Amino acid sequence: MSDLTRRTILSLPLGGLAVSALGTRFASAAEPVKIGLVAALSGASAKSGEGITRGLSVAIDEINNRGGVLGGRMLELVRRDDESNPGKGQTAARELIDKEGCAILFGGIDSPVSLAIVPLANSAKVPFMGVWAAATNITRNNANPNYVFRVSAVDVLVDKALIKYATSRFGSKSPGLILVNNAWGDSNFSGLTAAAEAAGIKLAGSEKFEDKDVDMTPQLQRLRNAGADCLILVGNAAPGAQVIKSLQRSAWSVPIVSHWGISGGRFPELAGSWAGKVHFVQTYSFFGQQSDIGKKVLAALMAKYPDIKGPGDVAPPVGVANAYDAMQLTALAIQKAGSTDGSAMREGFLGIDDYKGLIKNYVKPFTDANHDALNENDYVMVRYNGEQIEPVTG
Amino acid sequence: MLITALISGFGLGSIYGLIALGFTLTFSVSGTVNFAQGSSVMLGAVLCHALYIGLHWPFVLAALIALIGCALWGLVVERIAVRPFVARGSNAWLMATVALGMVLDNSVMALFGKEPRALPSSLADEPWVIGNAGVFPLQIVIPIVALGVASLVHLGMRRTSLGLRLRAAVGNADAARLMSIDVTRLIAWTFAAAALLAGIGGILVAPLFNVAYDMGTLFGIKAFAVAILGGLTNPWGVVVAGLAYGLVEAFATTWLGSSSTQIVTFAVVIAALALAPSGIFRGKTLARV
Repeated sequence: MSDLTRRTILSLPLGGLAVSALGTRFASAAEPVKIGLVAALSGASAKSGEGITRGLSVAIDEINNRGGVLGGRMLELVRRDDESNPGKGQTAARELIDKEGCAILFGGIDSPVSLAIVPLANSAKVPFMGVWAAATNITRNNANPNYVFRVSAVDVLVDKALIKYATSRFGSKSPGLILVNNAWGDSNFSGLTAAAEAAGIKLAGSEKFEDKDVDMTPQLQRLRNAGADCLILVGNAAPGAQVIKSLQRSAWSVPIVSHWGISGGRFPELAGSWAGKVHFVQTYSFFGQQSDIGKKVLAALMAKYPDIKGPGDVAPPVGVANAYDAMQLTALAIQKAGSTDGSAMREGFLGIDDYKGLIKNYVKPFTDANHDALNENDYVMVRYNGEQIEPVTG
Repeated sequence: MLITALISGFGLGSIYGLIALGFTLTFSVSGTVNFAQGSSVMLGAVLCHALYIGLHWPFVLAALIALIGCALWGLVVERIAVRPFVARGSNAWLMATVALGMVLDNSVMALFGKEPRALPSSLADEPWVIGNAGVFPLQIVIPIVALGVASLVHLGMRRTSLGLRLRAAVGNADAARLMSIDVTRLIAWTFAAAALLAGIGGILVAPLFNVAYDMGTLFGIKAFAVAILGGLTNPWGVVVAGLAYGLVEAFATTWLGSSSTQIVTFAVVIAALALAPSGIFRGKTLARV
């Protein structure tokens, strides 16, 4: 002890701090980058959450196998179940940001849940990536700066595509709308009304239904009496199936075009024998000629998940494909940012020049004016064949 | 539109009436009800699904065992959530039955899963076409079964010794006890019967709807409104109120749109109760037997 000078004593804590800082830097280099997912992992839309999980997991495995991000940091997926409930989704998002320290949050199928998370992400300056929920105002939310990005459909564009499909495929001149009674249904009501006007056709009418409605025949009968020659459905799997069962019960054989919410659950089981009549939108199909990336992703899915034996088992494809591309774009954004700081990552997303992805080759996917990486040219129309989702042909 | 609304209204209305009949049975005999009657609806459908789809049992056998399961559940509700509180002169059975229902819902959620499942039926696949409306055979079967069951309950109460004892207990429980009638056991039986009726409702409606751990909540609430509307102690009043409720619901949706359905239906319930506070078909609280 007698050898200790004041300088030595003073240097001890400083030295300790230096060692500690080195240790922190070392730990930081090895520390995983947490990727948060708030989605429906249970309930009627559980399949959507599973699809997103699979898409993210395959992309994360790929990124980690090539060395992770930021010089060796592995990506780690942290999931929370929002049970399709906006309040629970917001609580889960807060926990993932504050307690888990996630660098980015991914969202699920439910627009109301995503809309509840948007203000939280913007105020916390943590990027929020939508990979399914399509409400227009999720990304177009008037925040500045806006931390919300999306690799998914956008209602306002899907609505144009649905009206176009109804008119071109079925010769519809007077489609009727049957929409879920929530923010997502409202978003599509505006979009479909505008799209119909732009296409020069008049809507026969618009009806709403609740998630727990047992019988939608009165709503359908109103549309039928109003002269609807095609139905455009917006709803998730379970209530969407009730619409189809009510339609079947009414013995009304009318073409049905649907938004993609029905692909997020057990729609074919719940809807029964009329499930295959519904033509609906997706952003990707694993059927047909696949790109090299398509082949690689399908092979990885088949290797990782024993229940996937072919393209028809990738259900729902939209969740898998959107999540895969969104995760790859996120890795690019982190690399561009050079850190997991939210503001830097936001700039990283805006700085991505191009990425050869599963759904398409992205060129400047995000700009200040556009936080949606996909547009109406990226949609494909599909239908159920048994449990499998296949492209509509012929 | 009229035919569609009538078919839809009668079908759902008879389910509400059937479930509400359970409230009438227990309230008439004991002055208590199982507020988690909706959970019994769910239990019937879930058990039937588990046995019929899960274990590939014949449908009739699966339905029968499911109904026995519901009746046993009714006994459990009475024993755990009603009898101990009534014995102490407490009204806490109100909360206890709700809580026990939540325990059941969440237990089923853990065992059965959160995803809704289908209970397919050949009676709910090919519709019969009437004009420009259609109807599943099951929608015709439901009111027939519901009214048939209500008639059986009525006959059972009038023509059997069990019914006689029940009516004696309704009339004067103390006097019935003096006549060696085991009123406590009778009350337990009414809870079993109430749960069984709800189970029948669940099994009947499942092919038209789906099977899920939370499917009974809305049915339970509506059935209770129907029971109040029907007079709570009047079995036929409750059945008629159920049909009326279903028809108002269907006509409100048909003519005013679905966003008006709940507003109109519950406004009608409130208006009806304002005019007749004891229910439209107020039942007799005393009977000579």
